[in-house]
Amino acid sequence: MSAAFDRRAAQLLPAGDRLTAHDSAVFALRLKRDAAGRAEPDFERLREQARRIKAHALDHLDVYLERFEARAQAAGARVHFAGDAADLQRIALELLAARGARRVVKSKSMLTEECGLNPHLERHGIEVVDTDLGERIVQLGGEPPSHIIMPAIHRTRADIGALFEREMGSAPGDTDPGRLTAAARRDLRARFLAADAAITGANFAVAETGTLVIVTNEGNADLGMALAPLHIACLGIEKVVPGLADLAVFLRLLARSATGQAISAYTSLVTGPRPGAELHVILVDNGRTRLLANPRHRSALACIRCGACLNTCPVYRRAGGHAYGWAVPGPIGAVLAPALTSSDELRRLPFASTLCGSCSAVCPVKIDLHDQLVAWRGSDSPRPAGARRAARWAARILARPGLYRAAGFAARALWPLLGRSFPANPARAWLAARALPEHPGASFRARFRARSSAREAP
Amino acid sequence: MDVELFIPCYVDQLAPQVGLASAALLERLGCRVRFDPRQTCCGQPFVTSGAREEAARLARRHASLFQGADAVVCPSASCVATVRHRYTDLIGEAEAKALAARTFELGEFISRVLNRRDVGARFPHKVALLESCHGLRELELGWPSERTSRAPGVGVTESLLRAVDGLELCEAERRDECCGFGGAFSVEFPELSARIGRAKLAALSASGAEFVTGTDVSCLLHLDGLRRRAGAGPRPLHLAEILASRAGA
Repeated sequence: MSAAFDRRAAQLLPAGDRLTAHDSAVFALRLKRDAAGRAEPDFERLREQARRIKAHALDHLDVYLERFEARAQAAGARVHFAGDAADLQRIALELLAARGARRVVKSKSMLTEECGLNPHLERHGIEVVDTDLGERIVQLGGEPPSHIIMPAIHRTRADIGALFEREMGSAPGDTDPGRLTAAARRDLRARFLAADAAITGANFAVAETGTLVIVTNEGNADLGMALAPLHIACLGIEKVVPGLADLAVFLRLLARSATGQAISAYTSLVTGPRPGAELHVILVDNGRTRLLANPRHRSALACIRCGACLNTCPVYRRAGGHAYGWAVPGPIGAVLAPALTSSDELRRLPFASTLCGSCSAVCPVKIDLHDQLVAWRGSDSPRPAGARRAARWAARILARPGLYRAAGFAARALWPLLGRSFPANPARAWLAARALPEHPGASFRARFRARSSAREAP
Repeated sequence: MDVELFIPCYVDQLAPQVGLASAALLERLGCRVRFDPRQTCCGQPFVTSGAREEAARLARRHASLFQGADAVVCPSASCVATVRHRYTDLIGEAEAKALAARTFELGEFISRVLNRRDVGARFPHKVALLESCHGLRELELGWPSERTSRAPGVGVTESLLRAVDGLELCEAERRDECCGFGGAFSVEFPELSARIGRAKLAALSASGAEFVTGTDVSCLLHLDGLRRRAGAGPRPLHLAEILASRAGA
């Protein structure tokens, strides 16, 4: 896995301008988040409050889910529960098919990426148009999002100009963001007007009132649900918060942590359908109750998908989101993958981190991300047999000072050999990019002993 | 004060001068320094590579060796962070807490226990500080750049360097960005580790520093390997080497 991840990163995000551009664009978000956090005197208090609210909501998730369901239904929405990705796919397709809906406009939802909803609907003859500009770019490019709030951040302006020229007939060679955005807007406007249904995600579901909270910067979710006769909102069961007052905490944290904005451009509270339209809410489990039952890792369900941990992560910025190989990249993706996916490769994602700890320090709901990465490594991650054997032997040597000294002595004697390249060289990974350290001479312990005996000598 | 030196396996083997400088420095500050040659490894590489059983075995061994010490001092922030933050899971809370309270990173010990800033060092050079992540965030030896609450002032490591005669501190861009080593990470992800490291080295070079110093030998060895491959960049020197120096390098 790890070797594949490392190679994928090198291929997908080649060193040079593309890598530098990605790293700088993503790090710029981190800096904006820092500035916004410092400008808000309550920021640290809000983080702690958010952590507590989420912990409480998760501890009583059954109660709040039922309350949300009852209040949302009372407001005229229909609430469905989906056990897994296949359930979500089936329920969404049935809702669309029963109403003869062929054209769907969709706003951003990481959950539907996780559950592969778009490809499933498309296989059944439904046209799904992603309406978030970044999502539209990756959809036209035939690739998944590479960031949870900036889906096309791995793409340069030139990439997007060429893509829009091919897909929407924008002027050849035009890379002006304003004109490209206008081209996308024209193209999308017609699709919004013709849509039979709108699919959205939701950032929060308020149990007290049965309200969905949908946050965007482009208003695309709002336009979609304001026009189409059918609105299907898909969200994970962990999105439920107790009351409207809690939004005063989360909405102040979400945009600041994500992009450094005090608040997103559009924050819509949806309680029941609009007159003459239908609202269906699909609450998806897909591994979340299993994670909820894991006391060491359940706090990862508190994630509000702001992307701050991706933006600060030195590995994410140099690897790009696609290297991770599933819907949620970065530190939070690596923490969720062992719980929410089943492939051995994805369960190895906790190793894709230097454990620098910056992710834990920026998380708006204070998930102990890097500690959880360490914990996953030691518990559930499938470790290759070779690595297990090597660890066993190394520990045996290190548990016996005599053997340890002998190994050090041998390494010193063979030092010149370690600098050469041959397949069994234990220093091979080191030498891929680095020169061997200079010969260290005698070990510390040998020199310390010599020093002590010299002092004791009369 | 009696001090038990905790010299991690890789410092013992690959950077013995750092151990010697630590001993000399502590003696100069009036400590009686001892080194128990039965010590080997605290278990960190096993913790981070997921080898839990082996990590627990080495952690138990390490804890039993240092049981009676007044103060255990170590010139490697990541090893101290392992003892302080990972041992509870490995050897149980009571023993882990007791050992954690007596185990210190070298600069932390000088600053927080001996209460010294100026250690009488002279090092007339331009130096950039590499705030190793474990020291920075897990031992709080500095103020992480992403932290949003107000900074209390200068961090522990930086304050020691500021008191060194003749030393000019250079600030690199993204001063506390990870160097990309990450132990097990550098073995499993060699390309990414090198990418992050090269960017770090470039930033350090651009700061105008002749030397880069820090509290973790592993990060410094990684940067040194990249530097010698690249042929240019500031030379790594551990904090202990700078604080122990008198006449300049």
